[in-house]
Amino acid sequence: MVVQLNEKGLLDWNDWAEALSMELHRPEAASDGSDYYECWLAALEKLLASKGIVSELQVGSVAEAWRRAAHATPHGSPILLENDPGPGGNTQ
Amino acid sequence: MAHGHDHDHDNDMDPMTARVRALETLLCEKGLIDPAAIDVIVDTYQNKVGPRNGARVVARAWSDPEFCDWLKRDATAAIASMGFAGRQGEHMKAVFNTPQEHNLVVCTLCSCYPWSVLGLPPVWYKSPPYRSRAVMEPRSVLTEFGAHLPEDVRIRVWDSTAELRYLVVPMRPEGTDAMTQEQLADLVTRDSMIGTAFAEAPR
Repeated sequence: MVVQLNEKGLLDWNDWAEALSMELHRPEAASDGSDYYECWLAALEKLLASKGIVSELQVGSVAEAWRRAAHATPHGSPILLENDPGPGGNTQ
Repeated sequence: MAHGHDHDHDNDMDPMTARVRALETLLCEKGLIDPAAIDVIVDTYQNKVGPRNGARVVARAWSDPEFCDWLKRDATAAIASMGFAGRQGEHMKAVFNTPQEHNLVVCTLCSCYPWSVLGLPPVWYKSPPYRSRAVMEPRSVLTEFGAHLPEDVRIRVWDSTAELRYLVVPMRPEGTDAMTQEQLADLVTRDSMIGTAFAEAPR
């Protein structure tokens, strides 16, 4: 995902290295690197938000839709966002 | 399905996964990324590149003095001539191990890594203990990797950046004079090109 954004000129490689490094060096970051992926996600979200590409609020609401879709999907079937019953759905 | 409604925790999506999917969804909607292209990228680095490109570069440097010279002078161009160019246009520098000096690569800032020649970085390369200890106590780190260096061999640690990535050219193992480049490449492990191991001895 990051490589593609970089190729489209939306994300500068130096900015990315800096953002990722900042997340990895936060005092609350795990010392064993087990939260590398969390840091990666936080860095990407912040960078996209600061460039006005995708806001954290948008990510939050679509993420909720994905979780509702996951709940509404029968075990063993691929989870599709179309399966989201909506905020009023009977899951959670 | 055998699992009924009372087992709905089975299809719980953890918040991390949901946010990553959400990002993908939003970026796709905006036409900024193409999920099929992401799969191609991951597949390329996981299966096609791996560390094999780097191994071919090293094997050629061992067998072809002219190429070896070129690699020393301008690794970016020498490596690109074999068709392995960096996605981000980053520069490459090849650092050569000698009987007096061993090279070790780290990225203290994050996890910059020469993808074009080594594929995806190993998990430990991205871990904070490796990133800090490789600089502070490289000899102990090497010992933990099982790479025992004589006391009189100097260790040089290279810190990768977004612009400059390093490829360690390990020493050519003894008893390999008659080997072809292809056979030699099999002795060059990923770790030997990061500097946490030596090239393997021929069987």
